[in-house]
Amino acid sequence: MNRPLEHQSDMTQHYLYEDQLPGGAHWSLLMRRGLKLRLTDVQGGANVGMLFYNPDNHLERYNAPDTLKCQHTFKLTTGHCLYSDMGRIFCSIIDDSVGWHDSVGGNTNDNLVSKKWGEKNYQQYRNDWTLSGYSSFLIEMAKVGMNRRDMAANLNLFSKVSVDDSGKMRFVENNSREGDFIELRFEMDTLVMMHTCPHPMNPAKEYPKKPVRYQIAKAEAVQADDYCMNSHAENQRGFMNTQLYYLNDGCKL
Amino acid sequence: MIKESQLQIDDALFRQVVLAGDYLIKAVKQGETFRILDLQGNQAADTLFYNLKDTGERYSAMDTIREQGNIYLTAGTRLYSNEGNVMLSIVADTCGRHDTLGGACATESNTVRYALEKKCMHACRDSWMRAIVENEQFAISKGDITHNINFFMNVPVTPDGGLTFEDGISQAGKYVELQAEMDVILLISNCPQLNNPCNAYNPTPIEIFIWN
Repeated sequence: MNRPLEHQSDMTQHYLYEDQLPGGAHWSLLMRRGLKLRLTDVQGGANVGMLFYNPDNHLERYNAPDTLKCQHTFKLTTGHCLYSDMGRIFCSIIDDSVGWHDSVGGNTNDNLVSKKWGEKNYQQYRNDWTLSGYSSFLIEMAKVGMNRRDMAANLNLFSKVSVDDSGKMRFVENNSREGDFIELRFEMDTLVMMHTCPHPMNPAKEYPKKPVRYQIAKAEAVQADDYCMNSHAENQRGFMNTQLYYLNDGCKL
Repeated sequence: MIKESQLQIDDALFRQVVLAGDYLIKAVKQGETFRILDLQGNQAADTLFYNLKDTGERYSAMDTIREQGNIYLTAGTRLYSNEGNVMLSIVADTCGRHDTLGGACATESNTVRYALEKKCMHACRDSWMRAIVENEQFAISKGDITHNINFFMNVPVTPDGGLTFEDGISQAGKYVELQAEMDVILLISNCPQLNNPCNAYNPTPIEIFIWN
């Protein structure tokens, strides 16, 4: 199988667009299939809450349980595909220098932020205020006519929550270092909602504000020996379902 | 944690057997207790909860496990909503461990997990779809169908980040009992899965009891 080059340098990559999100912020992107999104932890210790929706049907959305169980994994890293609830693949993790991304920690909400780090309102603190991940997603969702009913379990990129034999969950600090990155190749047109609010289990004393760089480029075409497609027999079938959705480039089954 | 109930079957206000492949949708009032009984063992009861007065508030798997710091549900677990409120508490459990990370079977995810040819086999999500369109009075639609609890299912996570579906640890006669902390809608699909060895390819009935 054609495993991606180990942490390929992005010096030679041509990016169509790049920008940086400050910590504690939120934004959305419409990623067309065939594009890739590279996210980089600028300072170390970043967290990116992320959700995916089908822009043509918002009822089709990222499904964490389906993603984890069909690949028999709890952590997410290179080779894993991120599934919708309709048996299709929004995107594949084609490269990753971190090794473990979380999809079960959920979000901070306003109460949790207030209890943990104290509330900083906009009036006094302006853009240094402390937004919660839940509120951040709600704002992005409302822009396209969605609400709390449309929320699903989100990804927490760059964060690690491990589980011991008794089921006890532990937030692992310093999981992601300065310069660490993950690269997502989109297999479907995907509405990407993201925030850079802290992981809800982060024990930091101050609300962590960690910026994240994001870069968009054209992805190389998926080859028959693609690592993500072939990492699990389940992913071969997930790719088949996704190809069928774009049969004749428009007839959506 | 194994904890037996003191409630007597004869005192129950309501009891109903739910066959594999069927659903139950029912209001449970604050303070009422209900039991899900695994009649023949290793059955999965795929369960969702909604606030009866505001169905936009619903069970949240991720908030629930994070609040208790443990991925397995058992006696003592408080079930949290997406609004951060406690909806129900598990007050008795003779099985000892229940899953909330494995999600429900759907026709589409069955194609991925088993084979593309499995797409027309009955699945939990189809039971839920039927439940919500046949019971419009509850005001639940497809977008409200979220990540569920799999009562009686055993889905261990390993310290190095693996996740497996193991044979069940439930047996005939094991049960779990929950007390409602607010008025809720209970929505159960009794799992029809025929492709998973964890129920020995044999989905079986469950029985529901409610006490006031």
